[in-house]
Amino acid sequence: MTARPPRRALLAQIGAATLAGCAPARKDGVVLKFWAMGREGEVVQTLMPAFERANPGIRVDVQQLPWSAAHAKLLTGFAGGSLPDVCEVGNTWLPEFAALRALEPLDALVAGSRVVRAADDFPGIWRTNIVDGVLCGAPWYVDTRLLFYRRDLLAKAGFPVAPTTWAQWMAAMQAVKGLAGSSGYPALLPLNEFEPLLTLALQQDDPLLRDGGGRGNFRSAGFRRALAFYGEVFRRGLAPLESSTQIGNLYDEFDRGSFAFYVTGPWNLGEFRRRLPAARQDIWMTAPMPGPAGPGAGIAGGSSLAVFRGSRDKAAAWRLVEYLSQSQVQSRFSALTGDLSPRRDAWSAPPLAGDVKAAAFRDQLERVKPTPQVPEWERIATEMQLVAEQMVHGRLSVDQAAAEIDRRADRLLEKRRWMLARRAGATP
Amino acid sequence: MKGGQAGWAFVAPALAVIGLFFLVPTMAALALSLTDFDIYALADLRNLRFVGFRNYAELLANPLFWQALGNTLYFVVVGVPISIAVSLAAALLLESRLARFRSFFRTALFAPVVTTLVAVAVIWRYLLHTHYGLLNYALGALGVSPVDWLGDPHWAMPAIILFAVWKNFGYNMLIFVAGLQTIPEDLYEAARMDGASALRRFWHVTLPALAPVLLLVSLLTVAGYLQLFAEPYVMTQGGPQQSTVSVLYFMFEQGFKWWNLGTASAVAFLLFVMILAVTLIQLAVARRRGAL
Repeated sequence: MTARPPRRALLAQIGAATLAGCAPARKDGVVLKFWAMGREGEVVQTLMPAFERANPGIRVDVQQLPWSAAHAKLLTGFAGGSLPDVCEVGNTWLPEFAALRALEPLDALVAGSRVVRAADDFPGIWRTNIVDGVLCGAPWYVDTRLLFYRRDLLAKAGFPVAPTTWAQWMAAMQAVKGLAGSSGYPALLPLNEFEPLLTLALQQDDPLLRDGGGRGNFRSAGFRRALAFYGEVFRRGLAPLESSTQIGNLYDEFDRGSFAFYVTGPWNLGEFRRRLPAARQDIWMTAPMPGPAGPGAGIAGGSSLAVFRGSRDKAAAWRLVEYLSQSQVQSRFSALTGDLSPRRDAWSAPPLAGDVKAAAFRDQLERVKPTPQVPEWERIATEMQLVAEQMVHGRLSVDQAAAEIDRRADRLLEKRRWMLARRAGATP
Repeated sequence: MKGGQAGWAFVAPALAVIGLFFLVPTMAALALSLTDFDIYALADLRNLRFVGFRNYAELLANPLFWQALGNTLYFVVVGVPISIAVSLAAALLLESRLARFRSFFRTALFAPVVTTLVAVAVIWRYLLHTHYGLLNYALGALGVSPVDWLGDPHWAMPAIILFAVWKNFGYNMLIFVAGLQTIPEDLYEAARMDGASALRRFWHVTLPALAPVLLLVSLLTVAGYLQLFAEPYVMTQGGPQQSTVSVLYFMFEQGFKWWNLGTASAVAFLLFVMILAVTLIQLAVARRRGAL
């Protein structure tokens, strides 16, 4: 699991040095190491030749990491001092790497940039990159969860347009359940995913943590409202008590009408297009998440590009970040991956502009909110979902579940509280 | 005393290596397990606190740790007897006088041990696939409906056990083959003359003669199986519903995923104490039975 220096790159350098013996020596050659995850790591390599042509003297060595190992690999890379120059970082990981002081502050670079500007991006997404007042990443692509639904079933149940409020959504689910010949459940909210509940929670005004991120705020009226709505969906039998691994083939089940609503993310735009037959493409549509009163907030997820402090050529690294943030490059990247752009102007050009089914994402992205920016957040969200799962199984009431999540969050945040107290003591 | 000094001089290099690469890291890990080393401490050592035995207390109160322990014991209690039985059966078949092409089969049966775990895991994922896996195909012929081996929390651990036994039995098989070859033929001859059946010869000649080998094999296998990690790491990532999280997998997640090195070191120590205790119990039982 340790990050080794790329031997191939080393060999390439030696090879280049040998060849350079014949050609006039070029001392300005820079090799940027760039780590990117999963499919993006594969696709971004095709964008590199254009960057290298536009920036002679800079060569980019892209390394692809699997998502499942990326977090461990980045931390090990930090501990071993072998982080790359530029890296894709999930925006919920930024607080953690900011706490490690591994990230180069980008405020000054953005101030002098004509490409990466706060005004061009969706505000919620941009805010996820500001940790303790310091900008430490540039948005690359975004992720937010919303409703994928069966348009035909909803119309049959008397809902020609998608619900926009919780009350309408609940009524629509009831109506779909009442349809003649309906088998299964109106909604699918997999119990192993925290995103549906988290989305409902972010739609409330109460913050999820209090005391500067030192304690959980899950007993707030707002969170309990979200938890109660989530529990009610299961109590009325409108969603199955199942995790996503228990569902054989999600796309077949959706096609068959086993569920009519599914809260999920942008990668499923491509999956639904690929896996449902061409003649059945009319049956599905996307809609922004319904909120307590009108379209609500969503999770500001996605990935950012970060420059590590240890990079020896930060100017070149920043040029790579700027290149990948350009509107045209973003559009090409979207076309290649199906990823959604954080830039508003990329949405007014193909492929995103003409995409009816992506439009709901465009709409919701204006309202997305960052999750609490503490390194412990991912673990807190995991615990939140484990407790919520117990609640929908009937083992806890809403108030008991909220208190239990608070208790677990406070335990995870103990070290942070100690550090906050010490910092407050040091500067009286 | 001269002989003593020479003796120390001879073992000194080995002791130095053990001290440097075993004792020092072990003591460092023990010290680490008494601190709350986490990513904050990684950023700045002033954020490191001495917490005494709190890591241990928290572990013992953590349901996931107990689940990991339960999963590991399940794996050991079911996997070790099956593994030893399969190894012994394979060794007996190889040493049977009726066996042909012995060296070919010995190599073939040993092959899983030397293949890369990650590569064979890919193949096993196909074998275990719910819809087009060979295993479900065979079960289907017997009228058993398809089992979601790696997706069902009840079947994931049996699938891991099956995979681990297949991967590891060849090693013990070789040890058993060596043990079987040391049993003098005249013992069998005498037993045959007394009219002992094949089963009785196995029970009264082969097994007692193999006792020291069996002890060695069971010690190695229990200690190895308690350290279950790579199989769930490549096959299930601890899922579904954490049904294949082993103690070592739990430690890996704590240490390298969340970078809670204090907690991870405490897990390592608990596992070390556990393996030591189990080994001592096995030795005591063996001593009483006279295998030593």
